[in-house]
Amino acid sequence: MSGPIHLRQGIQLPLAGGFTLPRFFFWKSLGAVILAVGIYATITRFWYGLGATTNLTDQTPWGIWVAFDVLCGVGLAAGGFTITAAVYLFGLKHLRPIARPAVLTAYLGYTLVSAGLIFDLGKPMNIWHPLVMWNPHSVMFEVAWCVMLYSTVLTLEFSPMLFEKLGWHKPAAVVKKLTIPLVLAGVLLSTMHQSSLGSVFLIMPTKLHPLWYSSMLPVFFFVSSIAVGLAMVIFESYLSYRFLGHRLKKDVLMSVARGGVVVLGVYLMLRIVDMLYRGVFPLLFEPGIEAPLFIAELVGGALIPMLLFANYRVRQSRKGLFFAATLVVLGFVLGRLNVALTGFEASSGESYFPSWQELSITLMLVVVGFMAFGLAAKHLPVFGSHKAH
Amino acid sequence: MSYALLYDGTECVQCGVCLTACKMMWDLPEEVDVDRLSENTLTTLEVHDGHPVRKMCMHCDEPACASVCPVGALEKTKEGPVNYHPDKCIGCRYCMMACPFSIPKYEWSSALPRVRKCVMCFDRVEKGKVPACTLPCKVGAMKFGDRDELLAEAKQRIRNNPDRYYDHIYGEKEAGGTGVLYIGAVAPEKLGLPMTVPTEPLPQFTWRVLEKLPGVVAVGASFCMGMWWLINRRDKIREEDLEAITTGRSTAETGHELEEVQS
Repeated sequence: MSGPIHLRQGIQLPLAGGFTLPRFFFWKSLGAVILAVGIYATITRFWYGLGATTNLTDQTPWGIWVAFDVLCGVGLAAGGFTITAAVYLFGLKHLRPIARPAVLTAYLGYTLVSAGLIFDLGKPMNIWHPLVMWNPHSVMFEVAWCVMLYSTVLTLEFSPMLFEKLGWHKPAAVVKKLTIPLVLAGVLLSTMHQSSLGSVFLIMPTKLHPLWYSSMLPVFFFVSSIAVGLAMVIFESYLSYRFLGHRLKKDVLMSVARGGVVVLGVYLMLRIVDMLYRGVFPLLFEPGIEAPLFIAELVGGALIPMLLFANYRVRQSRKGLFFAATLVVLGFVLGRLNVALTGFEASSGESYFPSWQELSITLMLVVVGFMAFGLAAKHLPVFGSHKAH
Repeated sequence: MSYALLYDGTECVQCGVCLTACKMMWDLPEEVDVDRLSENTLTTLEVHDGHPVRKMCMHCDEPACASVCPVGALEKTKEGPVNYHPDKCIGCRYCMMACPFSIPKYEWSSALPRVRKCVMCFDRVEKGKVPACTLPCKVGAMKFGDRDELLAEAKQRIRNNPDRYYDHIYGEKEAGGTGVLYIGAVAPEKLGLPMTVPTEPLPQFTWRVLEKLPGVVAVGASFCMGMWWLINRRDKIREEDLEAITTGRSTAETGHELEEVQS
């Protein structure tokens, strides 16, 4: 295909939201560049090993692949269990239009977490070992099993979208009969591993900075995953509206935002009470990068978006909702990076910054996530009222 | 019977024969930075202000590394050494994060890396032999034996020579007790031994929370099931009620259900 034809096709694309060709073209090109660099980095990662391609060391054995690709990836996918529980268990039926986008996000999220894990593990071909080599005392073992089981649940929850597209009505009906048990299993498995990702750090009381080390870490990880799960629903609904033209009834997202106020409020109160209880407020006035990043995580990522969500005029505006949700997502990511990376700098005596390979592979996974979501949203009955009764 | 090693800093003449023996035993190349544990250096001999101290895996009684390993690649053996099974290892490096002494190192330069740390020459210990580092030590700085006996001997040495020793056995209580015990002329903090390590075994920090999980799951499951039942039933009755109103038909059963809800 020659250039001009490609360009003309681009112009003819029915773009909603008043997008002009250059901007759409810009995002596509950026995605292509990130994918190309990511694929090159992938080859070097597996050919030369972790030492040659990452900035990981004996002092910093966990980097951005653990902190972002795994810890954030699992959290950002929490909308799946949150929204399905709200709709199917707690009877908030007006949220049904966002159940499928949330399940799709979760399904893609967990798939990408597994992909990220393959990059990070020193011996990725042994990834199946927790299936047969058991250590029930290990938090990581429990997380591995929960993630495996929940990925299966999500595959089943996602499958009707595919079945309906293919016109396979019988399997779709079978899965639909299993909805309640699947949702319940999803909630329980998610409660376990979302919190256990925080429990991972409980065994490091002397290494993790006292601003973040708390025996409440599992509770914080769980509650913040619910908050970011809700924020992600608003975030991706806005993007789907801008880029794909999917329009959601405003009151659905407003209702999610109100839920966000409650969850963020509970989260903030837990964090503050925990700080008081452990007497770590004086640490906020100590020099170093820890205090500012800690404050940014809580004020920028929880307090401000909570106040925004609580404001009726912000909830009324799509852009306002999107802005507040973006703050929650960024604050959540910062919070996880703080626990897994910033919190260890003082004790390791080493400052870590990811290598270009680590960054480009992470970016590649994010781009793959966006692309897969876009493709699914375009070709599968994700939005709209397909069988939504 | 759990074997342990006793290191006596007052007897050590800093000859380094233990280091050479370890390198030979494990066929490890010499490194420039000899004072730092690495994939090629499983034990070091540090000198702080003239006072020597060996650094190596502490072989904790309740090791953090073994408790966190999802596949049991690290294992506290009944003989005492904390052994490593590279064929099980998936390379998650949780052991390196969890170790309060920051002992496990990684073969970063390998495409399929292993964790490296002192395993107290488990293959030798299993056959009743002394670890390679301890065998050539002829000055009595290293002693291998039953942990309880070594502990008693360490206490005896301190009691017999109170002027010579600082009165603390590092490893007796640290991390809940370790398989390497240190005595010497100065306080352990002056030898660079980490003093923040709690005396409670580190796996307890996780277990205290993790053991509550089955309870949380049970309560959570019944709560969710209960909510589903309540709400589903309410909706169903509302529908029946609506149907009754629209069709102008009021069956005894529907009426009964409604009464139940209102009371």
